[in-house]
Amino acid sequence: MSKAQNKPEGVTPSQTVGPYFAYGLTSNGQYDWNDAFSNNLVTSDTSGERVRVEGQVFDGDGKPMVDCMLEIWQADAQGRFSDPQDKRALPNSSFKGFGRCGTDGNGGYAFDTIKPGIVADPDGKPQAPHLVLAVFARGMLLHLYTRIYFGGEAGNATDPVLALVPADRRATLIAQQANCNGNAVYRLDIHMQGDNETVFFDV
Amino acid sequence: MTLSYPLQSLTAHPPRLSPGYKSTVKRSPTKPLIPMRHTLSELTGPVYGHETVRENDNDLTLQGKGEPLGERIIVHGHVLDEDGRGVPNTLVELWQANACGRYVHVVDQHPAPLDPNFTGAGRTQSDSEGYYRFVTIKPGAYPWGNHHNAWRPAHIHFSVFGHSFVSRLVTQMYFPGDPLFPFDPIFNSVTDEKARNRMVSGFDLENTKPDWALCYRFNIVLRGRNATPMETK
Repeated sequence: MSKAQNKPEGVTPSQTVGPYFAYGLTSNGQYDWNDAFSNNLVTSDTSGERVRVEGQVFDGDGKPMVDCMLEIWQADAQGRFSDPQDKRALPNSSFKGFGRCGTDGNGGYAFDTIKPGIVADPDGKPQAPHLVLAVFARGMLLHLYTRIYFGGEAGNATDPVLALVPADRRATLIAQQANCNGNAVYRLDIHMQGDNETVFFDV
Repeated sequence: MTLSYPLQSLTAHPPRLSPGYKSTVKRSPTKPLIPMRHTLSELTGPVYGHETVRENDNDLTLQGKGEPLGERIIVHGHVLDEDGRGVPNTLVELWQANACGRYVHVVDQHPAPLDPNFTGAGRTQSDSEGYYRFVTIKPGAYPWGNHHNAWRPAHIHFSVFGHSFVSRLVTQMYFPGDPLFPFDPIFNSVTDEKARNRMVSGFDLENTKPDWALCYRFNIVLRGRNATPMETK
């Protein structure tokens, strides 16, 4: 193949993930195919506070979105990303920081992970612990980006990204701790529309 | 130095609300998205190596006990960014209907036969220059409930990662000259004709394997990084 490349005219446009992705992307043992990714990010050598982040995804009619795929990307407990572009990455941890989950029959999702550390913004200001979330589904021609913050974190009050969000909509980004047999469970529902429409970011 | 992925790249994508595709009406936000600067969280992304891909994961004709029915094809191409640079070692996932236009997914009730030798899922990693290759079966067109006599043009779903979480792309590859193009609201949700045509693979006679399989080329272009620093103060 030729190495010579002309500069492309633009990106390949996005198309919906459609209703039938599960057997290829989130088969979860239901199909004759192995998953590349799961909703459990915790590996044996992962340090940090273990948390479960869960919730449901709702459409504009308030109906659960049962055919949704969520992906999260996050730093480790020390605020480092498992990517060579983050020069501080820990070579001795197998924590990847990426998770994928298909919603269930109730539109429900859950990720088992660790609470990430603090990541600086481009000015060096600390960002409160957060997950980056991408939402894919039938009826979504282009996925949406949002963030999941953790209720009770003092840093939320000064987080530079939360500060961009009108105060009355910030709650749509902050998972609240639920008491669940002593395990740290944070809950956040995603609303595509409506009074509690989730804040999505233009990134 | 931290580099930004310009938002201008996103103009090629379809609008999230495209009423001709009915499901978008209740599944697209009504409030404007909030602009923000990219931070390390957006500029980094997952890196997966060969451990994620098994031998033959890129040959969908070898996953059953016997050969699947339908027209065997080679689908290959280049994963590159907008500046024309290959994106090496990135994960490429695909899934598709079988030759009869039927997905193995439990919800698909299209009365066309399943193929016991065809699941329709594959994955591979682009090579050191960004090239990828699959062997599969040409998928069939299938009806869907969007409107009266709605049929999807034959397509293969692709999922690609790239260098950062904001270069993530899920798209569909179409086949050249499909007579269903003018009638498909998903294909036509991309309003710019040139951009739309970037989703259509090219027939690639040169890389056809004589006496064995025809070949289609599908290049996948991801967002590029601007050479200017993202500091905008």
